[in-house]
Amino acid sequence: MKRLATVTVAAVMAAAPVMADLVFPSLSYRTGAYAAGGIPFADGYADYMTLLNERDGGIGGVMTRILECETGYNTEKGVECYEATKGEGSLVYQPLSTGITYQLIPKVTADGIPMHTMGYGRTSAANGKVFSNVFNYPANYWNGASLVVNHLLDINGGDIKGKKLSLVYHNSGYGKEPIRTFEELASKHGFELTLLAVDHPGQEQKSQWLQIRRERPDYVTMWGWGVMNAVAIQEAANIKFPMENFIGVWWSGSENAVLPAGDGAHGYKAITFHNVGSDFPVFDDLAKYVLDTGKAAGAGDQIGTAIYNRGFYAAMLAAEAVKTAQKIHGVADITPAMMRDGMEALEITEAVMTDLGMPNFGPSFKVSCENHGGPGTGAVAQWDATNKKWSLISDFAESDMSVIQPLIDADSAAYAAENSMETRCN
Amino acid sequence: MLPDQFLFAVEVMLNGLMAGVLYALVALGFVLIFKASGIFNYAQGVMALFGALTLVGIMDGQVPFAHLINAIFGTDVHHFGWHVPAFLSILLVMVVMVGLAWCVQHFIFRHLVGQEPIILFMATIGLAYFMEGFGDLMWNSEIKKLDIGIPQGGSMWIEEATTFLGGSNFYGFFIDKLEIVASVVAVVLVIILVAFAQYTKQGRAMRAVADDHQAALSVGISLSFIWVLVWSLAGFVALVAGIMWGAKSGVQFSLSLIALKALPVLMLGGFTSIPGAIVGGLIVGVGEKLFEFLIGAPFLGGATENWFAYMLALLFLVFRPQGLFGEKIIERV
Repeated sequence: MKRLATVTVAAVMAAAPVMADLVFPSLSYRTGAYAAGGIPFADGYADYMTLLNERDGGIGGVMTRILECETGYNTEKGVECYEATKGEGSLVYQPLSTGITYQLIPKVTADGIPMHTMGYGRTSAANGKVFSNVFNYPANYWNGASLVVNHLLDINGGDIKGKKLSLVYHNSGYGKEPIRTFEELASKHGFELTLLAVDHPGQEQKSQWLQIRRERPDYVTMWGWGVMNAVAIQEAANIKFPMENFIGVWWSGSENAVLPAGDGAHGYKAITFHNVGSDFPVFDDLAKYVLDTGKAAGAGDQIGTAIYNRGFYAAMLAAEAVKTAQKIHGVADITPAMMRDGMEALEITEAVMTDLGMPNFGPSFKVSCENHGGPGTGAVAQWDATNKKWSLISDFAESDMSVIQPLIDADSAAYAAENSMETRCN
Repeated sequence: MLPDQFLFAVEVMLNGLMAGVLYALVALGFVLIFKASGIFNYAQGVMALFGALTLVGIMDGQVPFAHLINAIFGTDVHHFGWHVPAFLSILLVMVVMVGLAWCVQHFIFRHLVGQEPIILFMATIGLAYFMEGFGDLMWNSEIKKLDIGIPQGGSMWIEEATTFLGGSNFYGFFIDKLEIVASVVAVVLVIILVAFAQYTKQGRAMRAVADDHQAALSVGISLSFIWVLVWSLAGFVALVAGIMWGAKSGVQFSLSLIALKALPVLMLGGFTSIPGAIVGGLIVGVGEKLFEFLIGAPFLGGATENWFAYMLALLFLVFRPQGLFGEKIIERV
């Protein structure tokens, strides 16, 4: 009898295995100098996963679980967070820091866990032939640089020869990332490029803006983060630089960057690879299942802000990759390796986005073994200081891959050579 | 007509002087505490942040610890729904800073009397991190706009009045109105602090404690009271620095890093001199801006200001370790 009972229990367990959670580590920074950017991203990421749990019962019947670890935007702490959470079945890392990303690239590759660095990190990771576990779809910094120049071409009838463009950048790996692309684009289109470095944290930028006032460039673009963005926009307003000629990358395009400058920020522009605001059907579901039930992450007051939407979009892309992985492998409870396969086969169409209640929220694209970087498309958003909101003033358009692809190929080839790596996808 | 390059250098120098005043505002708080108690207050930058956060919180009617309250009681409160006038808010924050000074003295430094300076310094590091977390919990981490009516942007009057000095490429001197206000405030603050130290009973007691703790004790001066007084004064100075810097960049957590700008000022001006903090600030401000203009930006790729300030301070240290106005330490054996 005892033996029969044991067999019965074993059979039941085999027939109905206990589903583990789908674990999504969130290397967040809710404290420190960059918390104002870290909080909305982490909230958006967590809220989308909560929405899936509350509305759909998880993904493919398996509940999602956010595993949050505070990095303080500190690279060492980020690596510690990775080491502390990777054993929990973590499916995909999104460190929201270029410094942490660079440290984690060899680690995730060795551990077989995918990493998604959307709009940041090592740009040449777009080359899937070299970077098997790193993905940076739908756009990277070099796309951002090209999109800035494309916008200048658009508003100048396709000719920016002889125009002057100043790049105000965070004096770090992140800020320096687009310089080579801008230099290539300057030589292609004949504009004059001036580089203005700003040291961390960027609280004091008087020298840089006095130089801009002296040299009177036609346009200024910015690769900033944290307080640097707000100070730069305030200083631009102080010297009466025309805001419509000041264009930031997406990390310089949040409410945190423009609100401190008040009306002075009116007309400031930023490149974005996803849509802005909260006028999408999915946010009705979010209100019903997450906000109204008191399950929102953080204070629940970030919904619709630029960086919240980015975190929300990142979570959506992660969830869609899980669905793809579940389809490929025929199991609901996937492993990190399966997640990687799902990300590499991810296809986002407008029909998918509409089904998700996010029509035109981001571009349609297909990831492949070779291309982990997506389409590199983006749009231009402009700040309306009166109504305190961003609006898209262009459609999502392509960047200049004829300039970017050779740079990606060269940089990734150098990485492969340094690390004696064989290329994939042959 | 003067050469444009010369006028640009003058403009950079003027802006350096203004930036130096802002650095000096932070350095003043360090000097006050160090002079009276020998404590190098690592938390001075965080005190500026805390003061500015509290000011915005009170002005906007923000509910303190709202996130915590909502999490515990399941409520959804964030704002009281009122706006407090700037002047009244500043007075209320001053009361908060006195309360903070009392707490710091009562709960930390009272228990560390007689400890080595390094222990006291460590205590201020702990205090800095505690206050940063406490400020976050109390007022949250969002960037907040601080508007108490200080004008911002270049002074058109100065710009138009000086345009004639140069050629067509010179647009007149750019001087930020906020920095003009900051300079006036700094001058007034220094006059008040010096007058307080010279002409009031508490001020004289403060100087007595700064000169010799034991002698001050022997004539009946309460060390505890004087330290609360000094920390309160440092709190007021931190609030002023927080207001000026917060008005420039919004009130956000990297405001605490302005302390890094004060260190070379202190090394230069000396840790014990109020005029030294001002002069040190001006030298650092002008030095770093001129270096960036003449050498940094054209030849070194820019962003030289942070390290140049420290290099300048190191040079001064080599020749005058006590700083320009610091007291020379003579230990007889």
